[in-house]
Amino acid sequence: MDIKLDAKSPQGPIENRWAKFKGEMKLVSPANKRKHTVIVVGTGLAGGAAAASLGEQGYQVKSFCISDSPRRAHSIAAQGGINAAKGYMNDGDSVYRLFYETVKGGDYRSRESNVHRLAEVSRDIIDQSVAAGVPFAREYSGELANRSFGGTQVSRTFYARGQTGQQLLIGAYQAMMRQVDEGTVKMHTFREMLDLVIVDGKARGIIVRNLLTGEIERHVADAVVLATGGYGRVFFLSTNAFNSNCTAAWRAHKRGALFGNPCFTQIHPTCIPVSGDHQSKLTLMSESLRNDGRVWVPKKKEDCGKHPNEIKDEDRDYYLERRYPTFGNLVPRDVASRAAKVVCDEGRGVGESKRAVYLDFRDAIKRVGENVIREKYGNLFDMYHEITNENPYQVPMRIYPAVHYTMGGLWVDYSLMSNIPGLFVLGEANFSDHGANRLGASALMQGLADGYFVIPYTLTNYLGSGKLEKVDVGHDAFAKAEGDTNKRLESIVARAKVGGARTVLEIYRDLGTTMWEYVGMERTDAGLKTAITKIQALRKEFAAGFKLVLPNGVKERNQLLEVALRVEDFLELGELMAIDALDRRESCGGHFRAESQTEDGEAKRDDENFAHVSAWQYTGDPSKPALHKEKLVFEYVHPTTRSYK
Amino acid sequence: MSKSTDKKPMNITFKLWRQKDAKSEGAFETHALGGVSPDMSFLEAMDLLNDDLTKKGIAPIEFESDCREGICGTCSCVINGQAHGPERGAATCQLYMRNFKDGDTLVVEPWRAAAFPVIKDLVVDRGAFDRIIQVGGYTGAKTGPHADANAMLVAKPDADQAMDAAACIGCGACVAACPNSSASLFVSAKISHLAMLPQGHPLRERRVLRMVDQMDQEGFGHCTNIGECQSACPKDIKIDFIAQMRREYVKAVMNYRPESASGGTG
Repeated sequence: MDIKLDAKSPQGPIENRWAKFKGEMKLVSPANKRKHTVIVVGTGLAGGAAAASLGEQGYQVKSFCISDSPRRAHSIAAQGGINAAKGYMNDGDSVYRLFYETVKGGDYRSRESNVHRLAEVSRDIIDQSVAAGVPFAREYSGELANRSFGGTQVSRTFYARGQTGQQLLIGAYQAMMRQVDEGTVKMHTFREMLDLVIVDGKARGIIVRNLLTGEIERHVADAVVLATGGYGRVFFLSTNAFNSNCTAAWRAHKRGALFGNPCFTQIHPTCIPVSGDHQSKLTLMSESLRNDGRVWVPKKKEDCGKHPNEIKDEDRDYYLERRYPTFGNLVPRDVASRAAKVVCDEGRGVGESKRAVYLDFRDAIKRVGENVIREKYGNLFDMYHEITNENPYQVPMRIYPAVHYTMGGLWVDYSLMSNIPGLFVLGEANFSDHGANRLGASALMQGLADGYFVIPYTLTNYLGSGKLEKVDVGHDAFAKAEGDTNKRLESIVARAKVGGARTVLEIYRDLGTTMWEYVGMERTDAGLKTAITKIQALRKEFAAGFKLVLPNGVKERNQLLEVALRVEDFLELGELMAIDALDRRESCGGHFRAESQTEDGEAKRDDENFAHVSAWQYTGDPSKPALHKEKLVFEYVHPTTRSYK
Repeated sequence: MSKSTDKKPMNITFKLWRQKDAKSEGAFETHALGGVSPDMSFLEAMDLLNDDLTKKGIAPIEFESDCREGICGTCSCVINGQAHGPERGAATCQLYMRNFKDGDTLVVEPWRAAAFPVIKDLVVDRGAFDRIIQVGGYTGAKTGPHADANAMLVAKPDADQAMDAAACIGCGACVAACPNSSASLFVSAKISHLAMLPQGHPLRERRVLRMVDQMDQEGFGHCTNIGECQSACPKDIKIDFIAQMRREYVKAVMNYRPESASGGTG
């Protein structure tokens, strides 16, 4: 396959590019919109907003989700807030500043044109969400409240208690359900996409499995929109939901879609630490807590076993405030995570595992009182109390970094279209806006920007630009894709019959441990090579057989069978992440190569050799992907050493 | 720190509901599980049980979960007779095994309500909730430019109360806990959320009339002010919202105007 990566960004001054695109785009008349069917896979912020918006315009939308209801999508778990350059706080914010900080925060590995558009439409998102009835926090004046988040010195984060993702998702879900009522969106719940169907080089449909009956279904459309989230569950333990997975994106990748920057993973600094080996997920404590909580560990190793309240102030090392006096506890996530790892590696970690640091609210409670803290963070404190059996109003929280988000994803151009015409990728599933590190409260912004304000234009431009052949599900390409899916399912049944030493979940946990150990917060040449060897061995084990009970084959509800299908894809993706990390011999954002650091342990970029997007092509052998590069050009935000000191 | 801080692994007996599908009869099945850490969540103990069953060649028990932090509303088990188990203000996924002691038997059932048919084992079909939202649980605002978000002020107490109602996670515990299998808490939470914000007002009357009608059509029972829903709700949604829904309903009936005048816009 000959691939030329062209982002197709409009030219000219950056603040005019999106307007230029909209002014010059091709349109589809209202009477013709209803003749087009569009498939949207996933119902989170990006997918839900896209289905609602496209349905409102009159397209026939077929929406798919793996859960019992579209409202379960994992966007719902986002806690802290959503950024928007409204400038309500009179503190120097602007579209340009949000653009600048996002490019800088991403350590100069994102595409300027896309990020500027994101910053522009961020303002519309807030107006849209308020109109949709999202109950954002308000001041006594009746105006919207803002708080600050990491990597920035202005307050531009809108929030709904610690449940911002929930409220924004429900807003998009409700708008989508209104379109279901109006008949322009048809909802398909309990469906998992297992393949992409390409006809004449264009994305024209999907193969899904009905998770209740096991039936395989074919769905045809004029375009396919993937909004299927990130792939953090490759680490097994992460803050992602139990069912979050990479399968839809990975299957599109295996059909030719390029995977951009797969190694760019966000490790979130403030999560409840791992305890024991039974855990199925890790729980995030919102970044907003760092507005009031102070992060510290004891100065001396011998104090680490003491009760934290017995350690005097002069014996505490508030290491973020010490190392980064300008941003203090509000440094970006990648910086905070690595700093936590450093103090724990020095033997100054706390808690049973010694892999934790304190997040302490003592001073904030003294300053503003327990009630104010309760009003701001009550639900998070309760959640912490339930999980750890400790009261964070009295004892500092113990936190540690955990996998939270993946900046990498399917490669897309300015229109959010992959290299396969007609295949659009939105939200966390694409690679586009966050570079090597995402700033807090920007995931919700990007998901809704893509779904509400980008795809309605760019998809219309695509459909208006040329005539598509008439295709139905009887086409050979559908028969072939369905046949391939059935073969895969038969192979799972056969391997379950063979059996093996371990269950699917045991193999999955092993993959997760390997990824965390070698492709986690710190990556080295030797470690990444070890990871590749180990993943290949796991893939071999999985290909031979595993323990899985399928009393009635694949034609019924069986969630462990679903996990097996997803693990098969994770076992390939995991290796690609290691290969990408090995290839990128620089440190940037969340990707920290131990070989590339400054004297004081900060990430050291190599702009000369790595100012590009690594877009990987599947070649048939997961161990030998082909690399394509999109050079990143910085006309406005000139790369410098990113400093938060 | 009221709960046990003992870390010793426990033996737990699970008495679980097995049912092939909505049409088949179900029955309890009993399995013993050792090595249950008090720090495990209930769902992690269920994962462990399924791994154990798999090793014995027994089909796993189907149960639902997703976020496992109490916000997505996917998990749904009645544990020892209580929807979401004994912990107040928490979903099943937020229930920790330290609430139980070594040797305990846990009786685990699906939500039981005519409007929530069993799909398999502990999984039920809550599509009725989506269909209720579909007929009116939204504002009319379509995607596009709107007035600036601060153009319309909302008093903080209104915004706070709207948020209290909007916190509903749509899990269905209120229905499972109600002796009448009423969905009133769920429906009233959405009606109250949107009635308390000015953005919800254009569709206010239509919303309550259509949603209440759909609730009845789905086969949920009537509310008789028992209050079990509030006790079972993982988000502590108050039954005051049911009172508000009734006021909204009466006002809507009294104010009713046809949705469009006869004739056309032509």
